[in-house]
Amino acid sequence: MTYRRDIRFILNGTDVSVADVAASQTLLDFLRLERRLTGTKEGCAEGDCGACTVLVGRLGSAGLVYEPVNACIRFLASVNGCHVVTVEHLSGPNGRLHPVQEAMVDHHGSQCGFCTPGFVMSLYALWMQTPEPTVGEVETALQGNLCRCTGYEPIIKAAVAVSRYGTPASDCLTTERDTMTARLKSLQDTQRIVSGPEDNLSIIPADVDDLADCLLTYPDATIVAGATDVGLWVTKFLRNIGPAIFTGHLNELKTVKRQDSLLKIGAGASYTDCQSLLSKHLPHLVPYWDRIAGWQVRNMGTVGGNIANGSPIGDTPPVLIALGAEITLRRGDTRRTLPLQDYFIDYGKQDRAPGEFVESIQVPLPGPNDLDAAYKISKRRDEDISSVAVGIHMSVTDGVISNTRIAFGGMAATPKRATAAEAALNGQRWTRDSFEAAADALAEDFSPLTDWRASSEYRMLSAQNLLRRFFLEQDAQTDAPVQLAIA
Amino acid sequence: MKDTVSITGAAHTDRIHDSASKHVTGAADYTDDIAMPEGALHAYLGVSDVAHAKLRGIDYTNVLATPGVVGVLTADDVPGVNDISPTGLNDEPVFPTDLIQFHGQPLFAVIAETREIARHAAEKAKIDCEVLPHALDPIAALNAGYPHVTAPLKLERGDVDPALDAAPNRVKGRMAVGGQDHMYLEGHIAFAIPGEDDDVIVNCSTQHPSEAQHMVAHVLGVPSNAVVVNVRRMGGGFGGKESQMNLFCAVAAIAAKKWNRAVKIRPDRDQDMTATGKRHDFVIDYDVAFDDAGRIQAVDGSFVARCGFSADLSGPVTDRALFHADNAYFYPNVRLNSHPMKTNTVSNTAFRGFGGPQGVIVAERMIEEIAYATGQDPLDVRKANFYGCEGRNLTPYHQEVEDNILDRLIGELEETSAYRQRRADIIAFNKTSPVLKKGIALTPVKFGISFTATWYNQAGALVHVYNDGSIHLNHGGTEMGQGLNTKVAQVVAEAFQVDFERIKITKTTTEKVPNTSATAASSGTDLNGMAALNAVEQIKERLTAFACETWNVAPEEVRFHANQVHIGKDTLSFDAFIKQAYLARVQLSAAGFYKTPKIHWDRAKGQGRPFYYYAYGAACSEVTIDTLTGEYRVERTDILHDVGRSLNPVLDKGQVEGAFIQGMGWLTTEELWWDDAGRLRTHAPSTYKIPLASDRPRVFNVNLADWSENRELTIKRSKAVGEPPFMLGISVFEALSMAVASVADYSECPRLDAPATPERVLMAVARLQGTV
Repeated sequence: MTYRRDIRFILNGTDVSVADVAASQTLLDFLRLERRLTGTKEGCAEGDCGACTVLVGRLGSAGLVYEPVNACIRFLASVNGCHVVTVEHLSGPNGRLHPVQEAMVDHHGSQCGFCTPGFVMSLYALWMQTPEPTVGEVETALQGNLCRCTGYEPIIKAAVAVSRYGTPASDCLTTERDTMTARLKSLQDTQRIVSGPEDNLSIIPADVDDLADCLLTYPDATIVAGATDVGLWVTKFLRNIGPAIFTGHLNELKTVKRQDSLLKIGAGASYTDCQSLLSKHLPHLVPYWDRIAGWQVRNMGTVGGNIANGSPIGDTPPVLIALGAEITLRRGDTRRTLPLQDYFIDYGKQDRAPGEFVESIQVPLPGPNDLDAAYKISKRRDEDISSVAVGIHMSVTDGVISNTRIAFGGMAATPKRATAAEAALNGQRWTRDSFEAAADALAEDFSPLTDWRASSEYRMLSAQNLLRRFFLEQDAQTDAPVQLAIA
Repeated sequence: MKDTVSITGAAHTDRIHDSASKHVTGAADYTDDIAMPEGALHAYLGVSDVAHAKLRGIDYTNVLATPGVVGVLTADDVPGVNDISPTGLNDEPVFPTDLIQFHGQPLFAVIAETREIARHAAEKAKIDCEVLPHALDPIAALNAGYPHVTAPLKLERGDVDPALDAAPNRVKGRMAVGGQDHMYLEGHIAFAIPGEDDDVIVNCSTQHPSEAQHMVAHVLGVPSNAVVVNVRRMGGGFGGKESQMNLFCAVAAIAAKKWNRAVKIRPDRDQDMTATGKRHDFVIDYDVAFDDAGRIQAVDGSFVARCGFSADLSGPVTDRALFHADNAYFYPNVRLNSHPMKTNTVSNTAFRGFGGPQGVIVAERMIEEIAYATGQDPLDVRKANFYGCEGRNLTPYHQEVEDNILDRLIGELEETSAYRQRRADIIAFNKTSPVLKKGIALTPVKFGISFTATWYNQAGALVHVYNDGSIHLNHGGTEMGQGLNTKVAQVVAEAFQVDFERIKITKTTTEKVPNTSATAASSGTDLNGMAALNAVEQIKERLTAFACETWNVAPEEVRFHANQVHIGKDTLSFDAFIKQAYLARVQLSAAGFYKTPKIHWDRAKGQGRPFYYYAYGAACSEVTIDTLTGEYRVERTDILHDVGRSLNPVLDKGQVEGAFIQGMGWLTTEELWWDDAGRLRTHAPSTYKIPLASDRPRVFNVNLADWSENRELTIKRSKAVGEPPFMLGISVFEALSMAVASVADYSECPRLDAPATPERVLMAVARLQGTV
């Protein structure tokens, strides 16, 4: 078989072809060091500060979609076939400022200016999607951008005002949409790409079947979907991730659809990809979902990746386990399906064989007698890793609790069911006392760790209190709010 | 005749930051954006993985065998003195020779063709050491008999012990106040280019180019005149680049001279956070006596600080904690002691407020204690204790408070924030809300302006007028986002009466203004604005003399106004006038200078006037806490802040807003956490959480006290703004405390340490409920 060796994409207006792209080569270093596009900054190299925000446009099932992403942890190989837009692309002819830039200048949205290009790019993406955003929508869009100088107030004011400076209809990404779509289509081919040096290979499979083949050839390869975790293996832990197999371009893995009483999530679907169907079928997850990382990471990171890497503090496993989700793994042409909770064996150990990959996640949708909740506690409300996260599911029929599934993150070495607490609830009446008993039983379920996110005592007490919150929130007797509103 | 035309960018007008358009387009160059010369190399630091050990040796075999590695830079390569201590105490080597003193301490640097190669290779050294016991926190250090890193300070006035004993009420308490990482978005970086002879040029991100210059000369063993340090702008500083750049500048410069190639060093964010200093955390014991009305009679305070392994700026930082332990309150009898403890952690350094916030928060804690003890609204206790007239206006360091405006300022804020009504509403709300509880607090700040190292209170500037009438402005201050360059250019525009656009703002360089002070202590505009004005006045004086002589008029008949010069009955454009002056051989360039008057400080006696004046402000914050999880939200903050007669109200407001949020972050979510091995585990934004846009108060009303005017002759009667509003964040902390106290019906002042993370809030709630 012959493979292509170069990565092809469009950078601002220019066609780019880069031969021999090592798996660990980041988009940010390429922009800054090879292209001297120094407007994009490195603030943290871990996808948390947003100073490196660029837009990546790719052809998905809904056509050409631009999303803000973190160039610092985005691998260059993964932008094959994409349109990469940096801050340098925004100003018009003769250096005329873009509406987003004008609004930022007029509202004094920059002080030291180092975070500013990243903010401009996030606000640019927001304006194209939601030209007249509410303050809440701006805050959600800016969860992945840190500013240390302004205190954000002027940036929010600028963001809300952008539409007064121009409309997306006249923006170049809109006016050139058709030609850009055609240019990107012309970059697509059905060839596998194998690029980079032997000890740091980038492999871009042609389709999902080819992915299965690649994994048979390279069973221990690093699978890179959104790179929001693997990116840090490179930038922080200096690990060699080669050979790496990139999957972010595989639209077949990105499908999110309802199938009868299930929501089927392709392993490659990003958090953002899931959003619209979640709000339709699992509305209790919507506020929780908005607290997963920042916008850039939600655009890159995938549910499949969040599960596959087995972190004890991943955001999605607890809430998906509580819902009774199953995952399907594939190796070659062989598939197997198992309950999600069984996938997590021990810290750093998952039930995934060499050559196998997570293909999809099936989430049963709650029935009319079911009560569901998802809670997350973190030091900072947004864009923080949870100290404790929990998914709670139960049926209540004639005042009696059954089918309880409570799964916690942050309480053990893996995402884990609270079996003692569940047992304390099943068959009991819906009363405060039942939940007090469940809270007590949690002490049998877990002996959480103390670390920099939270102490053991806090984890236990707040986990118990989250059960109490669930009762109060669902209970008809309570009329006062028992949780801080998001807005 | 009334003047109908005016210049752009005059003093006291809103003016956008001079680099705003460059910021938003990505065209503003930071040090890492400067194009590298041919053959440039990269350096990366190798660091220790133990907190305290005898260093026996380092085996570099595997480092040097890495393709692309050019060499290793070690302590042996330092041609001058292996020391970068900013105080001259000689306690901070570039690289240690025999003792490792903290986890993450730089031990050597790898020099390689690329940064990536250098960074990977730095992991390959084998460090041979004998581990010693370590003390990480200041109390552990105290117990282990660790020394002070620098001489402690004692401030004392009155008869403290008898007053404490005689008072009808007395409260003793202990509060731990956390440190803070600067988390400037642009990390440290230095980039050195070797020149002929001993020369070297260092581009870096620093608030203190002169110190970087002197330090590079010191480690190279060459005179200062061989070293040029340049900084166009920083991506944030906040005090973190006042002395901490020394290491990076030294490494880049030594390597550049050794290999005769340009060398750049830029640590990763994690290394920036683990290898450079932060705000000092303190453990403070207070003992306060007061009468039944809540008036303070005596205060005894002990301030134990985690300074890290070396002094760095810990002396003046811990001094300033004592200077501000009174905040806005008169202590009739007072004794304050600092204990700047050596610890096996990174050496702590300057951070916005410079120890002051740690002093202020304890003053506010004592007020809260008194309020709970006497059953009063804390605001009434605050008011009862404000500095007053004769007899109640002496600080613990014997400076008279002459310019107090807090009565008016607090009165206005109390009104506009509807503090009393909202407090009553909140108390009512808390009675009926089972889980969510609210709190409100209105706290003041009084902050002393001047470097307490008196000699630092000087500045220089260099102004050229070219013969086309364009103006080149240079001064010793550095731009880190605060808008210093904009404000100084406004001063120059105003003085020459020309449009702002005519003035070219240039990089700060030790070539143009020598012996500058750090851009720190909020002093940038006060000092450099005055120095620039002095330069302009010199040029104007010559121009006026030239006009008088040529037009045969009196000096009063020469007037600069709105891009024109009026001389007697004649009017010339500024350009035409300058051209004539040039042809008449008038010197059109001047070096300006300024030194702050009136200040003096005798540290041994603990007496003097260390501060030229005080800046004031107040904030009222309302919060809601969730008593099941400890999570919280800031519902509303109202701020009224004093910047004197603002040179640029919109930039000053930006400083106030940003400082408040940063102060709030210090006291809420920003937590530094070391593990038992001494390794900082909150070492990057993934683990160290500064405020986000969504953490802003839901309602945020920020105003400047536009009636205020500095009673001292500062630049255009303005006041410094960088640091004072940082302490307005304390209002959030005290509001959280009130919400916590509600679960025990405000019967006691909650034990709440800073930062008040959700965990600390929940645990404080649980303690009051008796469940833990």
